[in-house]
Amino acid sequence: MSDHGHHVEQTVGPKIIAVSAVHPRVRTIQIERPEDEDTTFVAATAKGLGITIKHFAKNLFLPLRKLTTRAKTGAAVAEKRRNDIETVQYPEEKVVYPERFRGLHRLMLRDDGAVRCVACMCCPTVCPAHCITIVPEESDSKSIEKRPAIFEIDELRCVVCGLCVEACPCDAIRMDTGEHAHPVEDRANAIETKESMMARGIKSIAKQGGEGPNWQSTAKNPQR
Amino acid sequence: MPSIWEILDWPGTKWLFLAFGLVMPLASLLTWAERRQSAMMQDRLGPNRANIGPIKLKGILHFIADAVKMIFKEDFIPGNVHKGLFALAPVLALAPVLIAFAIIPFGPTIYPHEFFHHLDPIQVAQFHQHIPMDGEVGNYTDSIRLQIFSIDFGLIFYFAILTLANYGGTIAGWASYNKWALLGGLRSSSQMMSYEVAMGLSLMGAFLLTGALEPGAIVEHGASATFQLDHAMSGSNPLNWLWLWQPLGLVLFVTAAIAETKRAPFDIPEGEPEIIGYFVEYSGIRWGMFFLAEFIEIVFISAVIVTVFFGGWQVPFLDADGFRFGGELQQVGSMMVPTGGMIAPLPHWLVVLMQFGAFGLKVVLLCWFQLMVRWTLPRFRADQLMNLGWKLLLPLALGNVMVTALVRLISLYW
Ligand code: SF4
Ligand code: SF4
Repeated sequence: MSDHGHHVEQTVGPKIIAVSAVHPRVRTIQIERPEDEDTTFVAATAKGLGITIKHFAKNLFLPLRKLTTRAKTGAAVAEKRRNDIETVQYPEEKVVYPERFRGLHRLMLRDDGAVRCVACMCCPTVCPAHCITIVPEESDSKSIEKRPAIFEIDELRCVVCGLCVEACPCDAIRMDTGEHAHPVEDRANAIETKESMMARGIKSIAKQGGEGPNWQSTAKNPQR
Repeated sequence: MPSIWEILDWPGTKWLFLAFGLVMPLASLLTWAERRQSAMMQDRLGPNRANIGPIKLKGILHFIADAVKMIFKEDFIPGNVHKGLFALAPVLALAPVLIAFAIIPFGPTIYPHEFFHHLDPIQVAQFHQHIPMDGEVGNYTDSIRLQIFSIDFGLIFYFAILTLANYGGTIAGWASYNKWALLGGLRSSSQMMSYEVAMGLSLMGAFLLTGALEPGAIVEHGASATFQLDHAMSGSNPLNWLWLWQPLGLVLFVTAAIAETKRAPFDIPEGEPEIIGYFVEYSGIRWGMFFLAEFIEIVFISAVIVTVFFGGWQVPFLDADGFRFGGELQQVGSMMVPTGGMIAPLPHWLVVLMQFGAFGLKVVLLCWFQLMVRWTLPRFRADQLMNLGWKLLLPLALGNVMVTALVRLISLYW
């Protein structure tokens, strides 16, 4: 401790031997090394083998132990033991995705089943991967100006950032399907079309033209 | 026209049976066992999916899937390799290991005419030394020795042959015309050099104690030839096996042998995940041969350890005529035959079956141990490996030889 009022508080961590006056964050520390390195590795080897054999035996006799624990204490404990194995057997077991998991895109629908998108071009503009292609056309409806004639997303180029969803002013595009991009044998098949995305779509609870309650106020969308 | 027994006793038949009936299946199963075992050690499940229809067998069928995949994969040969050596290298890696199995005794001698009877070991000894017998005499004319070659220089043959396997790696690196492959091959030879010496010397103590280089003799008599006190013990007594008399030799040999198989913690020639090794240019079944050679080497090393240190095919206390407790060795001609004591007589076929099974069980257990080591220890650095080989294993092995020789000398004149 120096008496310049500039001393080093040391609680945990390596022992600090010196601190540079120019750069106080540059410190010389002392690292504790084992006294003499055990070059035979015998003790460490035995210890390591002990640990791995313990795990091996535990998992080897797991079916047996499951039976005995079930007989003794019921299934609950047995199930917990089963979870010692971290593997998820994918097609049969599935992990539950978080609610905000960004899956395959879908296009939402109006009450009459028409596409909700107004071809405002916000999403192709914001898309960092330039994978959204929209060709707008005039809409039949008097109150709506445009709609997409072609709406394509190349799922191979999409980086699943979700910016298109954020950009959309009218809840027309969502990524809440919980589905992964499907495996394809041809690159062309990886392009999602307006029809395929509308097939996954549902009616939005947000009312067109700002009427009705805010869609966010209904916490759970029953159709999700 | 040779009789059926002569054909069965012919080395070629025995080699075919051993290589394709026992070793290859065990080695292929090890490819599955390794992945499954490592998974269990790491709290995973491992491969459990390969199936034929509804038959899954916990994924054992993976080795068939692997084999089919490797065979039908494109056999890609890069344009600038040395074609001849490139093709030769995998064969050089695989063949020596299979040849070396010739010296391993994988079971006792079978007397087919007495197969369903109770064997009298004294009569057998008398028969082999042409000593006239009286009383009811069995038919011992034909015999099948479950060892392909019984040669006096047995284990020296093994050292000589298995060293050749290393040329497979070195030549593969050379023939690939790839600098990383070449460096891998060089690492493989430098590793071999730092271990071969210690490996040979670690068995020297065993040779001194048993007075034999022939694995069959080591199995049959154990260390009983050395210590006068042990003359009451037959070769089947576990106290007679060399793990007790050569513990240091055992540890040294196991260490060196794992280095010989080029697997973790000594997988410096080629570390599967990150070090480019000598077979980087190989694909398909040629690569598969390197891979299979590695697994066969595991089986072989286990077989050698079992044979030298753990009594080979001997079942504890099981002599040729049944389980014997107590008893002593009786001199018949120049042979020592265990007699007397408390005996539970068993027919010959049962004894043979149990001894054959015991050998298999011991080998499988040691294979398991090698996989255990491979998935427990991290890789050694090259300099640590050299240090261990030259500065630790070699002096210890030399010291072991000295001490053993001294003990042997004292026991001879005392
Ligand atoms: S998720 Fe991102 S990358 Fe994919 S389409 Fe939407 S904006 Fe483009
Ligand atoms: S941001 Fe929404 S409304 Fe605009 S083009 Fe994209 S999906 Fe259609």
